[in-house]
Amino acid sequence: MGIKVHNPGLATTIQDLGRPGYFHLGIPISGAMDRFAMRAANMLVGNDEGAAGLEAVFMGPELEFTSDCTVAVCGADMPIKLDGEERAGWSSIAVKAGQVLSFDFLKTGARIYIAVSGGITVPEYLGSRSTYAIGALGGVDGRPIAAGDDLPTGGDAGPGDGRGVPENLRRAPGNPAELRVLPGLYWHRITDQAGRNFFEDEWKVAPEADRMGYRFRGGRPMEFVERKQPFGAGSDPSNIVDGCYSYGSIQVPGGTEPIVLHRDAVSGGGYFMLGTVISADMDLIGQLQPHTPSKFVKVDMETALQARRDRHALLDQVRAALD
Amino acid sequence: MKTRYSFGGDEHIFVEVDEEMSLNAFFKSLSMTNAVRESQIKGVTEICPANASFQIKFDPDVIHPDDMLKEIKSLETAAEKADSTLNTRIVEIPVYYQDPWTHETLMRFRERHQDPNSTDIEYAASINGFSTVDDFIAAHSGAPWFVSMVGFVSGLPFLYQMVDRPRQIEVPKYLRPRTDTPKLTVGYGGCFSCIYSVRGAGGYQMFGVTPMPIFDPKQETSYLKDFMCFFTPGDIVKWKPIDRDEYDANVADVDAGKFVPRMADVSFDLAEFNTDMNSYNAKLEEALNGH
Repeated sequence: MGIKVHNPGLATTIQDLGRPGYFHLGIPISGAMDRFAMRAANMLVGNDEGAAGLEAVFMGPELEFTSDCTVAVCGADMPIKLDGEERAGWSSIAVKAGQVLSFDFLKTGARIYIAVSGGITVPEYLGSRSTYAIGALGGVDGRPIAAGDDLPTGGDAGPGDGRGVPENLRRAPGNPAELRVLPGLYWHRITDQAGRNFFEDEWKVAPEADRMGYRFRGGRPMEFVERKQPFGAGSDPSNIVDGCYSYGSIQVPGGTEPIVLHRDAVSGGGYFMLGTVISADMDLIGQLQPHTPSKFVKVDMETALQARRDRHALLDQVRAALD
Repeated sequence: MKTRYSFGGDEHIFVEVDEEMSLNAFFKSLSMTNAVRESQIKGVTEICPANASFQIKFDPDVIHPDDMLKEIKSLETAAEKADSTLNTRIVEIPVYYQDPWTHETLMRFRERHQDPNSTDIEYAASINGFSTVDDFIAAHSGAPWFVSMVGFVSGLPFLYQMVDRPRQIEVPKYLRPRTDTPKLTVGYGGCFSCIYSVRGAGGYQMFGVTPMPIFDPKQETSYLKDFMCFFTPGDIVKWKPIDRDEYDANVADVDAGKFVPRMADVSFDLAEFNTDMNSYNAKLEEALNGH
């Protein structure tokens, strides 16, 4: 019972909903960047929403299943093939032992989530199977999957064909992508004009965009409020005494290129942050390709909390649709 | 010291105890995070102390962010009055200063450095007023250090030297961060030393390397079998300069599962320390040396 990896894709990792509780030691939560897609894929194959599956970025893997199972692929739009025959995303797919799942080129979005009935059952580290490659933790020996790997699965046949997430319940970023931001943290370090520019400017996702963080470029450089740098902070006006970073927080080293920290975030450091992408929009970041035009939208706390409730409601609708 | 509270989105509260680094700020941050842990506020999911600040991550489905903020603020007065004492340990960390591996790396990234014509440690010695690198090493390894934060990446300690402000060493970070740093590099940025727990990107100046692993996800290292990270905030560290022979011998001991970090349990009292730092530090070292 398992999966033979014929071709791993670009950087395909085993992920679940993450490893909370160790951020104070620099071990981040990890887990699926687009948790909504991961949960939906698991629901489609009859798993707990937090079962471990695969996250593949930009390029899909080629996988052979060694026993009968049900598979689902959610997230980015990347044509899915079972033994060469095209199959639908956001739907359950009955798979016979020996069949091969593969993918064509990515159309939109950035990451697909592949769930298999029974989940992938590599050992848990600190309560999670998520791969944290920087710390060589979780997944397969703490690394992305590689050709020749045999991934163990829970191994039941699952519900088979016929289950799907209705189209109106799927979620994908717009164009330009809009990321809602609650200003705060060290917002006071930049001038009012720089703050206005940040929300007015159109940014583009930079090529340096991964599980640790997404970098953006194209907006105007930021001006800082003048001050004598506090003892221990370092000399650049964008420096602070090294402190904790929030998931979703936006740091701007040197005042030039904003970086939004994501699931494999560094837990702290010496750069000021101007605010934080709200929790409801974190999944969307995982679906942004390099060069995607993006806008940051200023919101308040009540808007952030309402967006979070909306996200829960959407997930409840998916649960109800698949019940 | 003026404490500042801010939300990091809808899931975090960030508390800056002070803009600048000091042991007073560190201790207040530590006692506030301890108070948060003890008060068992519903909805708290992560408690992260840092050098002069801390962060609480919480579940806004369980508690409204404004209520969480009130809960944390209510702990401040008590934390301020709390005794700044700590039961902790002092650990000796061997350092091979000016080793060939960090040297090779710093030469590769010379164009990202303030002074391309010197090494990191020569630069740090010169801007801090030391006439020789040996004098600088004597200062760096002379007085002990507090682990004032663990983070950035897995188990990486930030360390703050237990000396008064005029004796503090300060260096800038690289102009642009390196894309590579050898594992177990002893680095320096701002007023903090650090040990890079894993290989990777970094912006701190590189002074040397320790033979002693401090993070082991496989938990095979003899002294990391119980937990994969060696350090916690509040640990006290004393650097011990070693040469190549001793470095090689230590590495062989680590590989053979025979390396035992030298350490001793100590209690620390901030008020007593502030009264006479030098003799207080001497007492801590005596504990390490078993007197």
